[in-house]
Amino acid sequence: MSDLSHPPSLTAPGDPGAGEPVVESGNGLSAGRREFVGRSPNQLAWLRLKRDRTARASAVTLVVAVLVALGAPLLSRLTGIDPTDKFVDRLNDFGMPIGYAGGISADHWLGLEPGSGRDILLQLVYGLRTSLFIAFASAAVASCIGVAVGVLAGWARGWLDSVVNWLIDLTLAFPFLIFALAVIPILQDRFYTDREAPSPAFRVALIVATFGLFSWTYTARLVRGQVISLREREFVDAARAAGAGTGHILLRQLLPNIWAPILVTVSLMVPQFIAIEAALAFVNIGVTEPTPDLGRMIFNSIGYVASDPWYTLFPGLTIFLLVLAFNLLGDALRDSLDPRSTR
Amino acid sequence: MLRFVVRRLLVAVLTLVVVSLVTFGLFFAVPSSPAKVMCGKNCTAADIAQVERRLGIDRPLPRQYADFVRGVFVGRTYGEGDFRQDCPAPCLGYSFRNNQPVTEIVTQRAPVTFSIVLGGAVLWLALGVSLGMVSALRRGTAFDRAAIGVTLAGASMQVYFFGLILLYLLVYSTGLLAFPSYTPLTESPLRWAAGLLLPWMTLGFLNSALYARLSRAQMLETLSEDFVRTARAKGLSARQVHTRHALRAAITPIVTIAGLDIGTSLGGTFITETIFGLQGLGKATVEAVQFLNLPVVMATVLLAAVFIVVANIVVDVLYAVIDPRVRLS
Repeated sequence: MSDLSHPPSLTAPGDPGAGEPVVESGNGLSAGRREFVGRSPNQLAWLRLKRDRTARASAVTLVVAVLVALGAPLLSRLTGIDPTDKFVDRLNDFGMPIGYAGGISADHWLGLEPGSGRDILLQLVYGLRTSLFIAFASAAVASCIGVAVGVLAGWARGWLDSVVNWLIDLTLAFPFLIFALAVIPILQDRFYTDREAPSPAFRVALIVATFGLFSWTYTARLVRGQVISLREREFVDAARAAGAGTGHILLRQLLPNIWAPILVTVSLMVPQFIAIEAALAFVNIGVTEPTPDLGRMIFNSIGYVASDPWYTLFPGLTIFLLVLAFNLLGDALRDSLDPRSTR
Repeated sequence: MLRFVVRRLLVAVLTLVVVSLVTFGLFFAVPSSPAKVMCGKNCTAADIAQVERRLGIDRPLPRQYADFVRGVFVGRTYGEGDFRQDCPAPCLGYSFRNNQPVTEIVTQRAPVTFSIVLGGAVLWLALGVSLGMVSALRRGTAFDRAAIGVTLAGASMQVYFFGLILLYLLVYSTGLLAFPSYTPLTESPLRWAAGLLLPWMTLGFLNSALYARLSRAQMLETLSEDFVRTARAKGLSARQVHTRHALRAAITPIVTIAGLDIGTSLGGTFITETIFGLQGLGKATVEAVQFLNLPVVMATVLLAAVFIVVANIVVDVLYAVIDPRVRLS
C-alpha cells in the first residue's frame, strides 16, 4: 500500500522550524505543496475510491442502469411502445420474429419476443426497474433488521444475545432458496383465492419480505461483533461519564463507527438479491405476468434457445453486467474503506 | 472427538426440529385447505371433510405434527376400513397429485441431483483450486492477471444464463454434445457421465471462479507465513513446500465453503435441473410448489435442511483431519 493511504502527519509541535527553510526558499507552488490538509478517514476512503478506475467504471454503469430504470416510462412515451404491446404482425407463422437477430429493426432496437411479440427493449427496461427495486428494497429491509438486531444483541449481552446468536445459527442452516421457492406461492395462496388475480404489488412485497426476513443474519452477526469490540472502548466510557443515555451512545457513538462494514455488506447484498430474484423468476415463482422481469424473460426464452438465442442473450447480459458492476463496486468500496486489505 | 461429534449431533437434531416446525407451521397452518387442493374443483363440503379426516388434518396442529414425526420414524396409517393405507417407516405422506408416496418420489429424484452435484463439485474443486494455486504462485504475471479477470467475471455470471449459453454453443449450434439426460450410474456408467457432462460443466466452470479467487487469496496468505519460510529454509523442494505445507493450510477454509456449497446444492439444483430438463429434487420442489403439493414441498425443504446440517458436521470433522492445527474439543 502506498503512503497515500495514511493521513499526512502534521509537523510535530516540538520542532516548528523544521519545515521553514524549504517554504521560504521555494516559490508559491512548493509552498502550496507544503500546506497540509487534514482529512478524515471518510474523505480518504472517498479519495481512494475516486482514484480506482474499476470503481469509477462500475459506478457509471450502475448510475446509467438506475437512470434507465427510472426513465423507463419516458422511453416508453418516446418510442410510443408500451411494454405489454404485442407486435404479432411482425412475427412469422411460427411465432418467430421476422428479420435478422431476433427481429432487430429501427422500431425495435433489441428485437421482439418470439411467441408473444413484445418489444424486448421495453421489457428489459421495465424488468430492470423490477429487479433493482426488489434488490434495493430487500437490502434495505435486511440491513435495517440486521443492524437493529446486531446492535441489540451486542449491547444487551446475556440471554438476549444467546437467543439472537442461536437464531442466527439457525437461519444459516435454513435452506433459504428452496424455502423462498416454496413459501412465496403458498403465502400468496393464503391471501388470494384462485379466482382473483393477486396484485403485482403484493407479489413484489412478498418477495421483498421473504428476502429481508431471511437475509438479515449476516449483517446482524457482523454488527454484533463490531458492537462487542467497540463497547469496551474508552470513548464509550467517556460518553457515559459525560452523562449520555443508551440511545445516544448506540446511535451517535457506536453506529458512526460501524457504518463502513455495513455499507460494504449492503453493496454486496444488492447483486445477490438481483441474482436470487432472477433465479426465482427463472423457475416462474418470482414476479408474475404482466410485471416485466429479467429472470422470467430468460425462463421464457428456454424454449427458443435453438431458434432465437438473442432472446436469451439480452436479459442474460443485462443481469450479468448489473451483478458484475455491483460486485466490482462493492469490492472497491471494501478496499477503499479498509486500507489494510490487500489486492 | 466423540464428545464433539455427539454435541454437534444434538445441535443438529435441534436445528432440524425447528426447521421442520417452521416448515410444518407454514405449510399446514397457513394455506386454505390442502384437502381442497387434493380433492379438486367439484368437491362438496362433505367430501372435503372426509379427505381431511383421512389425512388427519382435522386434528389440532400439535397432534398433526406429532403424527408427522411418528410417520417419519415408525410409519403411520392413513384412513380406516376399506380406504386404509399403510405408510411404512420413513413416511413423508402421499403426493396430493397422484397419491404416490413422497418417500418414493424422493428416492427416485435424489440420485439425479446427487449425480449432478457430485460430478460438478469434483470439477469445480479441481479446476478452482488448481487455478487459484497456480495464479498465486505466479502472482503478478500475465497468467495471474488473466485468471483474475476471468474469475471475476465468472463469479458474477448466473447459472441460468451460462447454462443456456453452453446449451446453445455445444448442443444446438455445433452438436458436439447431446441434450442432457439421466441414465442411472448402475445401468451404464458411460451414458451416465455423457448425459450429465453439460450440467457438470455449467456448475463446474461457474463455481470454480469463486473457488479460484478464494484459493488464490488463501494461498498468498499462507505463502507469507513463517512455517512456509521454515520449510523453504530446511531445503525442501518447491513442490513439497507448495503442496505439503502451503496448500494443506490454505485449503481449510475452502473445505468449509465447499462442504456447505455441496450441502446446499444437494437440496436441489433447481436452476440447472430446469435448464436441462433433469428430474431431480429441485425440479420436484418447483413442480410441487406450483401445484401446492404440500407433502412433497415439505419433504424436499426438510431434506435440504438435513443436507446442510450434515454437511456442517462433516466439514467440522474434515477440518481436524486436514489441518493439524485444529483439534476438536
